[in-house]
Amino acid sequence: MPAELETAADPAGLKRVVIEPVSRVEGHGKVTILLDADDRVHQVRLHIVEFRGFEKFIQGRPYWEVPVLVQRLCGICPVSHHLAASKALDLVVGAKQLTPTAEKMRRLMHLGQILQSHALHFFHLASPDLLFGFDADAARRNVVHVAAVAPDVAKKGVLLRKYGQEIIRHTAGKRVHGTGSVPGGVNKNLSRAERVALLGEIDTVVGWSREAVGIVRKLFAEHAQFYEAFGRFASNRLSLVRADGALDLYHGGLRATDAAGNTLFDHADYQHYYELIHEEVKPWSYMKFPFLVAQGAEAGWYRVGPVARVAQCDFIPTELAEAERRAFLAFDDGAALDAPLGYHWARMIEMLHAAEGIKELLLDNDLSGGDLVVRGERGLRGVGVIEAPRGTLIHHYRINEDDQIVNANLIVSTTHNNQAMNTAVREVARRYLDGRNLTEGLLNHIEVAIRAFDPCLSCATHALGRMPLELELVDDGGTVVDRLARHV
Amino acid sequence: MAKTFILDGKTIPFEEGETIMEAAAAAGVYIPHLCHHPEFKPHGSCKLCTVSIGGRLGAACTNKAAEGMKVESETEALNGDRRALVQMLFVEGNHVCPSCEKSGNCQLQAAAYHLGMLTPHFTHFYPARDVDASHPDVLLERNRCILCELCVRASRDVDGKHVFGIGGRGIRARLIVNAASGRLADTSLSVTDRAAEVCPTGAIVRKRHGFTIPIGKRLYDHHDIAEAPVAGMERPGRD
Repeated sequence: MPAELETAADPAGLKRVVIEPVSRVEGHGKVTILLDADDRVHQVRLHIVEFRGFEKFIQGRPYWEVPVLVQRLCGICPVSHHLAASKALDLVVGAKQLTPTAEKMRRLMHLGQILQSHALHFFHLASPDLLFGFDADAARRNVVHVAAVAPDVAKKGVLLRKYGQEIIRHTAGKRVHGTGSVPGGVNKNLSRAERVALLGEIDTVVGWSREAVGIVRKLFAEHAQFYEAFGRFASNRLSLVRADGALDLYHGGLRATDAAGNTLFDHADYQHYYELIHEEVKPWSYMKFPFLVAQGAEAGWYRVGPVARVAQCDFIPTELAEAERRAFLAFDDGAALDAPLGYHWARMIEMLHAAEGIKELLLDNDLSGGDLVVRGERGLRGVGVIEAPRGTLIHHYRINEDDQIVNANLIVSTTHNNQAMNTAVREVARRYLDGRNLTEGLLNHIEVAIRAFDPCLSCATHALGRMPLELELVDDGGTVVDRLARHV
Repeated sequence: MAKTFILDGKTIPFEEGETIMEAAAAAGVYIPHLCHHPEFKPHGSCKLCTVSIGGRLGAACTNKAAEGMKVESETEALNGDRRALVQMLFVEGNHVCPSCEKSGNCQLQAAAYHLGMLTPHFTHFYPARDVDASHPDVLLERNRCILCELCVRASRDVDGKHVFGIGGRGIRARLIVNAASGRLADTSLSVTDRAAEVCPTGAIVRKRHGFTIPIGKRLYDHHDIAEAPVAGMERPGRD
């Protein structure tokens, strides 16, 4: 019931608690909570204070510049934007089928991105909550403390991310904001020497990724009741799947299922995504609320990202990750599927898949081929969809006869999860905050729920440095009755 | 015996009629420049090649070398002025290197790196400049134009077409094209013209070819502009 707790029946006289900014996520967001005199929760909202200028200011730019330009949306997953834009513009240059070298170079770049982003999120952002507890001392709930008490875990996290970044550097030219993918293909291949160098570490990377899945699997086993119940909600799901139903993070058709797993649509051609997905605007957030057209705005919201992908695919086409997928689905009869914390588990399964996929690709001689770009019949529009680390990413462009962008629409992964995150936050508020004195640890429960989705709010805000958190509890007379601060 | 002059303490031989810039280049000595190109007549507008000639400031690209002349180029003061000139060029236009296809092959960017420019220093003007995408094969991106007139000279002196010119004065000066409509498509410019590929920045680029050179293979990825001033014009003995 998404509308419940979204808007208080009578906000007059309610106390307002603000968590701003939400910490250990990419970018800038805030949560507001309205409470009555008895600390009963009446309203909870996750606000995204992001400014989305890209669709506007790329108008008039030459189309071949766009894959390099739009990746500046983000410093964490620029490859996703780089590739989604390239895929859309492949159609503008008439490249309906890339050369094997081009497609595999892009896939390798993308798996490097998945690996580094998932490692970053799990080890740097999420592990302090999972290892120390949601209401542990805030001064210790950070990656520095992880490094102090579990140096082996922290070190593996750093090195896994580094390896993913190296894959990106070899395929895109730079670790962040490279230029490897161009409309119609790529601008470089991978030499045998580069492949040999990268293969040297891959078995270690696969092994560590496997261990990471084991960490989350063990946490679920040890705290099953809590992990399953925390912020739990049922929803529709959306992701790409390969033609044979396999998990495919680079390309496929759109599959949507409802909370019970019934198919809503399958293998839908994403060139017509706008017939399947619409976006609703709400006056209290800058981020839109996408929904499935057939189900309507009220019931058609959905979740995307690791859980949606791992739950919806028929199988994962790499051996170790597929075994972990089966364990994930089987856990307490699928109890992890609706749990926000299940995202951590599915995310690590995907990281393992990425590591295995990288190994397969590095052994493929097509990567060293010389046929990099194809061109065909010129088009004036294109849609590119990719499964970015955080979920389905849609880029849609129209160009004019002079090669300039005239219209662009981007629906980023975090936007798809807008309602899902709001719902998770409300479930947590209802369960843990309602009627209780607020403590920093309790409020962190809200952030833990948001963090599970690994939201990338930095698509527009680019927060830098430390993320201070200040909380003020203001009574209905406007007097500050309580104040909490950290990281300042 | 060849005539010589002294450049930063080095003896530089020259042929009669050569400019300081030409003689220095022939001797493998780099003097920062943007509007100068060895194939075209000197222009003397960017002032980046300003040197001290016997204590008097002058453009190395327009001043002739003379026997016994004492020239200073690599001084802290001159390079500071050059850096300021480049910074002013950056803020006068809209140079967005992160998404510019000329990045890594751009002389303005490379000169800025060479001169140690770390920030624009001055307040950006953010001028409103037009992009002309009307030509089927060539993009005119005025945001990146530094008014060096190399395209003007190439079109006039090599292509014999007079496609480009500079219109307006002072801060309103801009690159214009020779067509009543003002559109590049209505000029006689061809993508094979010298004027279409002489631009030192990304103001005139061949359409649909951006970013085809991977990072690591671009002209200035591994070489300072002092070692490789222009594509195909690398210093003797560089490799």
